[in-house]
Amino acid sequence: MKKNSNKGLQVEEPLIFEQSSPGACGVDFPEMEISKNKLGGNHRVKPIGLPNLSEPVAVRHYLRISQKNYCIDSGLYPLGSCTMKHNPRLNEKMARKPGLVDIHPLQPQSTVQGALELIYVCSEWLTKLTGMPGIAMSPAAGAHGELTGLMTIRAALEDRGNPRKKVLVPESAHGTNPASAQMCGYEIESIPANLSGRVDTEKLLGRLDKTVAAIMITNPNTCGLFEDQIVRVADAVHEIGGFLYCDGANFNAIVGRVKPGDLKIDSMHLNLHKTFSTPHGGGGPGSGPVVLSKELADYAPLPFVVKTDDRFELIESAEDTDKKPFGRIKGFHGQFGVFVRALTYMLSMGSDGLRQASGDAVLSANYLLAQLKDDLSISFEGPCMHEVLIDDRFLKDTGVTTLDFAKAMIDEGFHPMTMYFPLVVPGALLMEPTETESKESLDNYIDSVISLAKKAATENTKHFKDAPKYTPRRRLDETAAARNPILRWKPEKNSKNNSR
Amino acid sequence: MIKYTKQHEWVAINDGDEKAAVGITDYAQKQLGDIVYVELPGIGVKVNKGDEAAVVESVKAAAEVYSPISGEILEVNENLADSPELINNEAEANGWFFKLAPSEESELEELMDKEGYDKYIGGLD
Amino acid sequence: MRYLPLTTDDRNKMLSEIGVGDIEELFKDVPNDALLKSAIDLPSHKSEMEVETSITSFAKKNKTTNVFPSFLGAGNYSHHIPASVDHLIQRGEFLTSYTPYQPEIAQGTLQALFEFQTQVSLITGMEVANASMYDGATATSEAVLMACRITRRDKIILSNGLHPHYNEVIKTNSRHLKLSIDSTSVYNKKALCELIDENTACIVVQNPDFFGRVQDFTELSETCHQYGALLIIAVTEIISLGALTNPGEMGADIVSGEGQSLGNPISFGGPHVGLLSTREKFLRQMPGRLAGETVDEDGKRGWVLTLSTREQHIRREKATSNICTNSGLCALAFSIHLSLLGEDGFTQLAKINHQKAIDLSKAIESLDEVELINETFFNEFTLKLPKPAISIVEEMANKGVLAGVPVKRLIPHDIDTENMLIVAATELTTNSDIEKFVTCLRETLS
Repeated sequence: MKKNSNKGLQVEEPLIFEQSSPGACGVDFPEMEISKNKLGGNHRVKPIGLPNLSEPVAVRHYLRISQKNYCIDSGLYPLGSCTMKHNPRLNEKMARKPGLVDIHPLQPQSTVQGALELIYVCSEWLTKLTGMPGIAMSPAAGAHGELTGLMTIRAALEDRGNPRKKVLVPESAHGTNPASAQMCGYEIESIPANLSGRVDTEKLLGRLDKTVAAIMITNPNTCGLFEDQIVRVADAVHEIGGFLYCDGANFNAIVGRVKPGDLKIDSMHLNLHKTFSTPHGGGGPGSGPVVLSKELADYAPLPFVVKTDDRFELIESAEDTDKKPFGRIKGFHGQFGVFVRALTYMLSMGSDGLRQASGDAVLSANYLLAQLKDDLSISFEGPCMHEVLIDDRFLKDTGVTTLDFAKAMIDEGFHPMTMYFPLVVPGALLMEPTETESKESLDNYIDSVISLAKKAATENTKHFKDAPKYTPRRRLDETAAARNPILRWKPEKNSKNNSR
Repeated sequence: MIKYTKQHEWVAINDGDEKAAVGITDYAQKQLGDIVYVELPGIGVKVNKGDEAAVVESVKAAAEVYSPISGEILEVNENLADSPELINNEAEANGWFFKLAPSEESELEELMDKEGYDKYIGGLD
Repeated sequence: MRYLPLTTDDRNKMLSEIGVGDIEELFKDVPNDALLKSAIDLPSHKSEMEVETSITSFAKKNKTTNVFPSFLGAGNYSHHIPASVDHLIQRGEFLTSYTPYQPEIAQGTLQALFEFQTQVSLITGMEVANASMYDGATATSEAVLMACRITRRDKIILSNGLHPHYNEVIKTNSRHLKLSIDSTSVYNKKALCELIDENTACIVVQNPDFFGRVQDFTELSETCHQYGALLIIAVTEIISLGALTNPGEMGADIVSGEGQSLGNPISFGGPHVGLLSTREKFLRQMPGRLAGETVDEDGKRGWVLTLSTREQHIRREKATSNICTNSGLCALAFSIHLSLLGEDGFTQLAKINHQKAIDLSKAIESLDEVELINETFFNEFTLKLPKPAISIVEEMANKGVLAGVPVKRLIPHDIDTENMLIVAATELTTNSDIEKFVTCLRETLS
């Protein structure tokens, strides 16, 4: 008899591979006569090894494992720079509408005018909100957008005769920034931050020369601060014939209040799954459209939608346009299902709602700053934008690390804030409440954070080292997972890790 | 004789030895945390002083290991594949990465001795 | 606004705690002439009702595959999705959670990814798979870059059976990295073998290929390995793996694919789910997220994201890729659908798909002027029509049949492709659909 280690609603749920029942199946098929195959002798002979489950067993499996997840629907999720705002279910209803969910990307364009119009209208909202004339809708996520933005810059420079060699990236930038630049064939030079948490403008300007293709800036930056020197930086890089790329992951702080076009940005990606409320889905799918300045607009990749009178056309080949697309970065036309969700959100919020959202997001973050500053070490003087950066000075000599503090937050019923990012301060804790938290929710959170900070100060390290206690699993051995990677279930193996 | 670099590598060679051993310091392993994997150079590869010779990965970080001196790689520490924790437990002894035949004697003079290295890391925090 | 909980009263209290008079003061770091004083000129907020009306108006202007018999494939396939899938992925715990950075409260996501990785490894016949990528085209492009890193070579060969979008994406991504691409018009296996030499990093083939043809690439893999090159096999219709010899058995080194056919609607081409699997020895060069098994402090089995030091947030410019998100929810839908199917269901589904294509091909035989090019196929094949396919498809659409994908739409410059039409059938294709197709095509050609 197996020992029952369930605890109330938290059920120990094995893998699907451990629940296979010969002959079971969760799908029925109509009767069909099967004739001789036309596979040319390439038919499968060996079994695959997939488990067989009935529908009740499968449904129970996924429901049970879902209950082990924290999510926005269960509580405040203050992950800095991720913008974990409420995911409206209207988005889901609209994305599933007959007429949108059941159209094929390669149908004759005359039969999908509504879909092309939707993409066009979505792109219009995004270009108007950002004050930029051009846009590339096809990137699948933020990092993909960064790569696309850099490729448009490279294409423009190649058109002028010289792609140049280097991209300047602040130290505080998200890792996708230098990784994207490298994939575009550029060398990276890192620029340090100054004492006020912004990129060191003097050092940055000092490194500008004609080998610099672009500067990548995040604005607001990963310290939750507005890069107030950005126009000066833009002017300087334009003067040497380079471009300014902006990482728009933190657009939620300024949507409806600042247009990146007015800051002389050339290329900026947006994260529809952050600012525009499309669901995070456990890690994706995202969508990362890139808005482009006049100088870069013509280099946007294929495909793109153009409007002529009342007709919409999808341009899929360089021959069908006067523009100079640099190529194709994804199969088909982009994350259409995500566009539907984002447009649903933008129509719901409207221009006034989006402006109120950024205001409330910034207000909430500053409220946290004001309430926490006496007990925690705020890294930079306020006001902050939509997120507040804290470092581990308040934990000095307590024996409690940033990691321990975060794990203790879990026992308080919250998903921890982002830990150890950005790297410019030691033991970083980055909190982004978003605008969809009520004041009660924020006050609850503040209360927990302060009580933990006070607890740490009394050197009650056991409380922190033991955390989390009230979770489906305690702290997991990440070293063992990396030293001896087990990345899939295997049939013969009797895993010594199997606690059943 | 053991010498140290500012990038936290050590190189050890005794009189009459053909091979110098190279590894990372105890300070470095503490910074990295639990080591999970090492990418070692090939035997016969010639490196110059300061070239990237190996990569060491922990759970939360990855770092390049630069060769403190120039020479030809003659031996690599096969034990590290199964027991990367040797680097955490015995960084400056059995946790060595590779051994090479030094091609330039004078390079050793340019490196820090133990006292100099201890002083250097004392100033870092 | 229904998504904004803060009231005016709340805001005033908060402003007072902060010590400022209004929200605008918090934006003091923004250059004054860039700070907008009023809302941007776009429509203001709308009720759910009004938004539904707007979105529905877009939907109504499209002809859909649920109403019209549809024979479209070419990398995106209409399949039946069991009702449970959509219900489960809409649970808040799956829909509104994020990347499992805190594994103690993300065991649901991590266990699902571990199961997904196992399923992908099994069906592709490979040793290890990642937690998904954006789509089949970008996954294949990443596979190519991975092969170049592993072999330290820069010559790539792309067979002409590869989906044109995949081909274009690989070219776009390789251009800046000084890699040379030979896009061969050669299809024949033997001829492909002859192109490989000691400078080749990899050769990319697709099975079934863009035109629907099915091949055995064992001999090609042997030639590759002789020269130290890698064989990459791309799979655009994942259901085919229920019926065909899998890429692993043929000797593939890396398998890339599009998982959309399982659990994910066609949705005008996105979002989809890219698959990537390989041999264990190449594990550390594989991009993307990985869920790994381990134990917690109480000795209980659990899962964590692992080997993340290859990834961008740690290696930065030396990372295996810049990828951050995977295709989480789409991968989950894939996994749930495949769990419901199981070994028996997946096998049966593949059989039915193939049978439907056979039925369709037999019915087309009655059209004398139409030639079926394929000797082999799974659920998709290519026809040669007596007239340009694009206009035929347009006319048939007007008559209520979505007939297929004209090859010229994706390969515009090849004069030979003008009359070619790619036609797919799945378990959703009925006998009545097939009759309509044949009748309509006959009418349109006369």
